[in-house]
Amino acid sequence: MSSPPSPSPTRWFKALRRPRVEDVCVKTGVSVCSEVLRRARAAFSAGRTAQDTFRMAQLEALVRMLMDHECDFVDALGRDVHKPRFETVMSELLVVKNEALHAISNLKKWMEPQRIERDWSTALDECVVVNEPLGLVLIIGNWTSPLQLCLVPLVGAIAAGNCAIISPSETCTHTAELLHRLIPAYLDNECFHSVIAAAHEITEKVDLKFDHVFFFGDKEDGIKVAQAAARTLARVTLVLRVKNPCYVDSQCDINTTARRITWARFHNAGQSAVAPDYILCHAEAKENLLQALRCSLQQFYGTDPRESRSYGRIVNEENFSKAKEQLWRSGKVIIGGQVNEMERYIAPTVLTDVMESDPIMQQDTIGPILPILTVQDADEAVAFINSREKPLCVYAYSSNNKVISKIMNETSSGSFCSNDSVLQSVMVGLPFGGVGASGMGSYHGRYSFDAFSHKKSCLLRSTQIECMTVLRYPPYEDRNLSLVSLASFLNLKSQGWCTIL
Amino acid sequence: MSREQLAVQQARKAFLTGRSKPLDYRIKQLKNLNRFIKERAADITNALRKDLHKSANSTQLFEILGLEGEINLAVSKLAEWAAPRPVNKNLLTLSDDVFLQPEPLGVVLIIGAWNYPIAVTLQPLVGAIAAGNAVVVKPSEVSSHTASVMELMSLYLDSEMYQVVTGGVPETQELLKQRFDHIFYTGNSTVGKLVMEAAARHLTPVTLELGGKSPCYIDKNCDIRIACRRITWGKYLNCGQTCIAPDYILCESSIQDRVIDEIQKCIKEFYTTDPKAFEDYGRIINQRHYKRIMALLEGSTVAIGGDSDESVCYIAPTVLRDVTPASKVMQEEIFGPILPIVTVNGLKEAIEFINDREKPLALYVFSSSKKVIKQMVSETSSGALLANDCMVHFTLSDLPFGGVGYSGTGRYHGKYSFDQVSHLRSCLIKKLNMEAVNQMRYPPHTTEKLRWARVLLLKQINVTRWRQMAQVAVLAALAAFVVKRFLR
Repeated sequence: MSSPPSPSPTRWFKALRRPRVEDVCVKTGVSVCSEVLRRARAAFSAGRTAQDTFRMAQLEALVRMLMDHECDFVDALGRDVHKPRFETVMSELLVVKNEALHAISNLKKWMEPQRIERDWSTALDECVVVNEPLGLVLIIGNWTSPLQLCLVPLVGAIAAGNCAIISPSETCTHTAELLHRLIPAYLDNECFHSVIAAAHEITEKVDLKFDHVFFFGDKEDGIKVAQAAARTLARVTLVLRVKNPCYVDSQCDINTTARRITWARFHNAGQSAVAPDYILCHAEAKENLLQALRCSLQQFYGTDPRESRSYGRIVNEENFSKAKEQLWRSGKVIIGGQVNEMERYIAPTVLTDVMESDPIMQQDTIGPILPILTVQDADEAVAFINSREKPLCVYAYSSNNKVISKIMNETSSGSFCSNDSVLQSVMVGLPFGGVGASGMGSYHGRYSFDAFSHKKSCLLRSTQIECMTVLRYPPYEDRNLSLVSLASFLNLKSQGWCTIL
Repeated sequence: MSREQLAVQQARKAFLTGRSKPLDYRIKQLKNLNRFIKERAADITNALRKDLHKSANSTQLFEILGLEGEINLAVSKLAEWAAPRPVNKNLLTLSDDVFLQPEPLGVVLIIGAWNYPIAVTLQPLVGAIAAGNAVVVKPSEVSSHTASVMELMSLYLDSEMYQVVTGGVPETQELLKQRFDHIFYTGNSTVGKLVMEAAARHLTPVTLELGGKSPCYIDKNCDIRIACRRITWGKYLNCGQTCIAPDYILCESSIQDRVIDEIQKCIKEFYTTDPKAFEDYGRIINQRHYKRIMALLEGSTVAIGGDSDESVCYIAPTVLRDVTPASKVMQEEIFGPILPIVTVNGLKEAIEFINDREKPLALYVFSSSKKVIKQMVSETSSGALLANDCMVHFTLSDLPFGGVGYSGTGRYHGKYSFDQVSHLRSCLIKKLNMEAVNQMRYPPHTTEKLRWARVLLLKQINVTRWRQMAQVAVLAALAAFVVKRFLR
């Protein structure tokens, strides 16, 4: 098979061209999507993505795209969710760039077949696990982190040698349009495509046959995607929003705790899937926590967060109304609570006297609202957490290691972080994903590569040493059985039981 | 409440007590499972003889030995598998603990198959027990005698934690309505899709070990005699009812006659001239499958065998020659002792033929040319690939066993079984100090803070490498000291 053709000069020129602001973004219908899928599959079958040089070139192009258009992305996210430049750069662009650079520097190592330790029975054979691309990957992004959630999985899909179709969320219209314009300008036009889909069209797109579907969103949509994927036996990675609990112990540095929680909860105006969604506060620490939260909010956003350039807005009218409803119908507002409909602004808000049945505890958290529930001790917190669905993240703040261990060992979640929040979800070294109702599969760094690869077991034997192989052929006499059992016993210490068989 | 609902409820209740968390408990249960196999060996052997006409030695070789190996491996390695697994840190988390903690998922459903009822139903059970889960085992009703024997497991294992539910399609459907934390299914793709869809309703991850047509390419450049011996063994084992049996042969027409000749010799050597009377040759599981397989012969030329006896579900080891891609036998997984030979003009056409079809569970290539093997490895995809042998990868605990695409999702054996039914939870353990470093991420945001953020987030630290470098530096300093002090 000949190596794939190198990118043509026209493509390089296209990469230099600045995208036109007036380009209108059209939602991609299912028929266009099938055509795009057909092209991507043809490109994959032709072996375009096989070589590491191709994959690295695409990853480098992706990094260039982020660097060349940093201002455009900052602008787009500013218009969509009033996201401060710092947040766009740090939590969107840098995270993706980090992933891409990590993939580029490790790609050769990841692509190497993994040699299996040989023992005396496989000494003459070659046992390897080879990483193969799955084929065609569909990545369905989300408005909570519109860049990160499309592009971090894309890095993994490219590194693993797949073709991919990304579907940025139409909720962040400017960011989606920008991605839709830039992807064809930087990445291979046959292998990688961007389509814009409304939420309700997603399952129709999944029904077109993909080899892997990556989805980030809420539980109901996650179930629909999983069911659609099942119809074509497509693999899935689902990262689903389930409320993240955060336990605050009586023994902790309350000021630092409050600062870290404030940062995590209120960045991006509370629109995050990994921030602590509610606090389970030890009764003794509650008053101090509230005071410390007030202080941190003042420090971060000033007396009127609406004036702060570091504070965002709600993404659209629909979410704004829902968040407002949650705020007004749950518990008691102890900090914040101000809203401005024109700007879709909701002040950083803390609620107390919250019941589990309140809307804020029953529905998705989509705004800067932090409910605080009181518990008597860590046991009660554990019982509360375990009575609900397994979340994406569990957080615990305490200076007592025993308490941390207790919360960690007696609960389950996608990930766990003590004495901080969110960081575990952006490290390339840690897999990020859910469990149970918060999803299945994980990604980031090497785990993205693995998620979008098939690990093919290869056992390469020779046609010699037939005298050993004879033992397994019929007739199955007792003599054969004893010899094979002996071999199996001898093999116990090593990790294969008997390849004579 | 139905029997199935009750079983699941009991299993979940047992899991929530937390008694499957300690490793001692898990090891004890695994040892009890081992005892079950040993003490009930006679019952198991009789059951398999009635279900599949398996001989005692055949049962030992191909069902029991593998399972014992898996149990022993799990017992000896459990502490290592269940321990926290450290990962690479970045500059920001240099002083923190960063690791993956394996956790049990909860309640696992294992839906077994009838062809190797002990091996494919109980090997996943080993992984599930080792990982600390509660399990509901649903043995296949088609191998009914073995299913009855499996109910005896309750006498050896914690009967609340590990439930055995027998029954047919209605019972399985009832089970699939319940909520599990993982479902492990071995069977065909059609039912596999239904299982996955039912699991999707509860967002339950699945491991599907499905089938498909596993192609077997014989290069004209190979020791055809040995190749045919291994293929014959692989194909007619358990009367062809193995998910990884070579389904069909692809070879050039110039060697077809030789291949047929050699296979004929091997059949005679392994199964005598009268396989029907021979103890070590199996039977088709039931009438339905017998009829299905016999119908596949339609329109093809029989080169060897072809005789059958419906009353005992016997089909002779059969080879078909000059089979066309459109013939009936090439439309579905055979799962029987019929071996079609499809002729192709060389490796390239064989690869195209394979890639035109769904990805198989196993792919076999027989060749003495490393180049041919390498090309097959890189230009096709399958669950597994074997060069110059059939099926033995099933026995290597270090090699993950599983499919891709329509041949399945997920993998198991050895440590992979453990990982498949565990949740590897990412853990970051920080302290409430070093707050000065955190200042750079807090608002109000400044350009200076952004600059620091870029540095601290972008660098990945390989702690081991730094430690090694530090060690080298210390050794170098020591050596310099020694030289200066003692060797002047």
